[in-house]
Amino acid sequence: MENITKKRYTNGKPKLRRFHQAKWDEPIIFELSNEGERGVIIPEVEDEVTNTVGDVLSTISSNMQRKQPPKLPELSQPQVLRHYVRLSQETLGTDFNIDVGQGTCTMKYSPKINEQLTRMPQMTEIHPLQDEETVQGILEVMYGFEQVLKEISGMNQFSFQPSAGSQAIYTNASIIRAYHKARGETAQRDEMITTIFSHPSNAACPKTANFKVITLYPDEDGYPDLEALKVAVSERTAGLMITNPEDTGIFNPKIEEFVKMVHEKGGLCSYDQANANGILGITRAREADFDLCHFNLHKTFSSPHGCGGPAVGAIGVTEELSKFLPIPVIEFDGSKYRLNYDRPESIGKVRSFCGVAPVVLKSYAWAMSLGAEGLKEAAEVAVLNNNYLLKKLLEIPGVSAPYAKGKRRIEQVRYSLERLTRDTGVHSEEIGLRAADFGVHYWTSHHPWVVPEPCTLEPTESYSKAELDEYIEILRQVSHEAYTNPELVKTAPHRSTIHKIDTAPLDDPSQWAITWRAYRKKVRKKD
Amino acid sequence: MTREKPTVYPYIPNSVPKMKNEMLKEIGAKTIGDLYEDIPERLRLKKNMNLPRPFLSECSLRRHIERILSKNKTCQEYVNFLGAGCWQHHVPAVCDEVNQRGEFLTAYAGEPYDDHGRWQALFEYASMMGELLNMDVVNVPTYDWLQAAATSIRMASRITSRREVLVSRTISADKLSKIRDYCKPEIEVKLLDYDSDTGQTDLNSLQSKISSKTAAVYFENPSYLGFIEAHGDEISEIVHDHGAICIVGVDPISLGILTPPVEYGADIVCGDLQPLGMHMQFGGGHAGFIATRDEKEYVMEYPSRLFGIAPTSVEGEYGFGDVAYERTSFAVREEGKEFVGTAAALWGITAGVYMALLGPQGMREIGEGIMQRSHYAMLQLSRITGVKCPVFRSTHFKEFVVNFAGTSKTVAEINRVLLKHKIFGGKDLTKEFPELGNSALYCVTEVHTKDEIDRLADAVKEVVT
Repeated sequence: MENITKKRYTNGKPKLRRFHQAKWDEPIIFELSNEGERGVIIPEVEDEVTNTVGDVLSTISSNMQRKQPPKLPELSQPQVLRHYVRLSQETLGTDFNIDVGQGTCTMKYSPKINEQLTRMPQMTEIHPLQDEETVQGILEVMYGFEQVLKEISGMNQFSFQPSAGSQAIYTNASIIRAYHKARGETAQRDEMITTIFSHPSNAACPKTANFKVITLYPDEDGYPDLEALKVAVSERTAGLMITNPEDTGIFNPKIEEFVKMVHEKGGLCSYDQANANGILGITRAREADFDLCHFNLHKTFSSPHGCGGPAVGAIGVTEELSKFLPIPVIEFDGSKYRLNYDRPESIGKVRSFCGVAPVVLKSYAWAMSLGAEGLKEAAEVAVLNNNYLLKKLLEIPGVSAPYAKGKRRIEQVRYSLERLTRDTGVHSEEIGLRAADFGVHYWTSHHPWVVPEPCTLEPTESYSKAELDEYIEILRQVSHEAYTNPELVKTAPHRSTIHKIDTAPLDDPSQWAITWRAYRKKVRKKD
Repeated sequence: MTREKPTVYPYIPNSVPKMKNEMLKEIGAKTIGDLYEDIPERLRLKKNMNLPRPFLSECSLRRHIERILSKNKTCQEYVNFLGAGCWQHHVPAVCDEVNQRGEFLTAYAGEPYDDHGRWQALFEYASMMGELLNMDVVNVPTYDWLQAAATSIRMASRITSRREVLVSRTISADKLSKIRDYCKPEIEVKLLDYDSDTGQTDLNSLQSKISSKTAAVYFENPSYLGFIEAHGDEISEIVHDHGAICIVGVDPISLGILTPPVEYGADIVCGDLQPLGMHMQFGGGHAGFIATRDEKEYVMEYPSRLFGIAPTSVEGEYGFGDVAYERTSFAVREEGKEFVGTAAALWGITAGVYMALLGPQGMREIGEGIMQRSHYAMLQLSRITGVKCPVFRSTHFKEFVVNFAGTSKTVAEINRVLLKHKIFGGKDLTKEFPELGNSALYCVTEVHTKDEIDRLADAVKEVVT
């Protein structure tokens, strides 16, 4: 019998786990259906009510009465629960993996106490249109957190309405549009400048807001090219939407010059601080002279990612731009909080009501559990962890960190496995699938892949040195396998819930199936 | 003076000084400050941030937050008749149980291998919505109904290459504001009149405004003002005669009893998932859905992710992946359709749980139960002298407009008194729909008991007489 003590984490030294992803062979929920079963009983209607109103359904015009019941599955309550708990087990949440592999996503610990507080009825059972007197608590939280973000960014006013980073970028583009309109320059200012290492939404959102997008590529050192900006910027420039540090993790020290150049031509500058995790208390949008910025509360501020939302992209602006913020804004007169809708120059609504309040509450609780010193500590340790990971990963054969040689990185690094691919024929994506066999994520990067065979890792402050060492050991092992037994890596995953997916049908209109009903019609029929 | 011991933070393992030093040594840096050497001195924050003193222990943090939240009055303590885009429905316990599981709660963007369960749960969500809507394509949820409606309109504009949309004027002011912002300056938004007696979209207005420039017509069923739009077939026929696209916004909880919009000609259907298992959360429970037929020209215009089912190397095994990923901004940045990113996936999973729990029978019963209660409420309120309820002579689902013109009180005054009775009265429509005069939008759902509705009627009666 194998002695597994050697596989187990001992004396602070990580070992490669004999991980296997949960594998339930769980059917699609429709396949579990059993006619007549039910998961809940609908609240009973009192006889007096039914007797008073009679047959209400017959009051609906017959064309609007549903004739065929929806073909939803029929399951008892425990079956529904088991099904979903099994699916949850087949999902690698941050709560139990060393989630440094989803770079740019800031997969930090989401404190359980904050989740508990958010699930109090004083948070869940409040309606957004209640009289302000009756929601002073949540307004206090939102106003209080706005003060925190003002201090962190140096900006003058915030809105929590945008419900994720992309919507925040869109909203900032919309504010930039409103600013130029107010100055009578709408027609002239039709270009937005961004960089290739900024999130794709910094290009896509301004385009959606009808701007022409100009993308700057990096110079030899990986910084956004200042010379290219000189060529791009003009009286047609509406603004600059830029991340710093970019996805490379390299801080752009010339950021002020970028801002100055755009300001000189009359454009505005929007700082994408979606991921500000490495710079809390270190450097701010204000000092770099930005006009707008945004923070992703589900990243830097610890709110859980929820498989991709709910989230908040908090936007902050200067005094001059605050009149354009979405309505309502929260105000405090020293004793009462109120919502102000009377903002004639506002761009209007971006999202329902005041945005995702529970996410703001979690972020507020997180910030209040750390304070000024603790927030800075989180940033510093995130940067420490990142540079430690960088140092160790560069010792692994085939791994490099392009650009800015010898420079430190802030909160993440875009690595390249180009050399490993050249040496072994194994691609970065395949490395990721094999890494999953050890119970961790691994993300390549956004497209286009300017860095060949990329991989983006971001360790945040939430992982211990031993955990980072374990992640490093996993990548060392996978690299070793690539060099010694590339087939093993190329045929991964081996210990996943499922095996290699045939993705061809997903791009074929005659075969793709986005719902079970479509699958039954299009694919099953061919069986 | 002895130096204060540095704080070790429970959320930050490497805040232990010894560990920090060990790691710094490994990196070859003297201090953590060295790691920031590329940030120019002039961009450094020279002061400590001025933030409130933290609550370091979980116990004190809890006390602090609970103290603040206790200032909220909940819809458990009060009887709530507010709707207008956020609705109080019963949330089955299993919905909360599933969405608080750490695996779902803290996952994000993993591959279909590491996060297989998340992909399956979202595929199943879309599949169950597909059954409710009788449509083959449903997106991974967007932010909310406002966004879903705005994106549906832009999809229609791209499909038809036209730049005008006609929107029923009974839409909420918030949604119209969002649509205007999101369509600017690409698409012109024009409003369709409604019949002042029935609230129904005015077909003459539609006939006179629709043209070869019209990309789409958007209306809701049930409408924002609560009545059921009975002329869906006629509207969509006119729309299609002009080569335009028919977009219908729908409350999914009505679909156990109401005809799915595709059956009266909708090409794109959108709406909000919040009624399907999400708490109100001061507006934090929203998620938007968009659904269409499975036609390439429609599918390729979605900005959202679409999760599809795919075979694996093992026969019979289900895998998942992104359908037509190349249309998204993730793949091609500004060349993609609008933009995509984090939105409201956990609420999509939760809505799936909700639909699975209710099943076909539950969806029908809940729809009927809601209508029985709202009709009872309308009847009780209509008996009060000076109160007109409902304002529109049409069949209503869960919301309805109440007019107080025959009383000497404004909606604001009435609501203030109702508050003393521990009742949240309906949304004041005075500014939003000035033509409806002194009116409010009330919402009644399956959570309301007869007693609570009677309490409302009694209280209103007391206020206005």
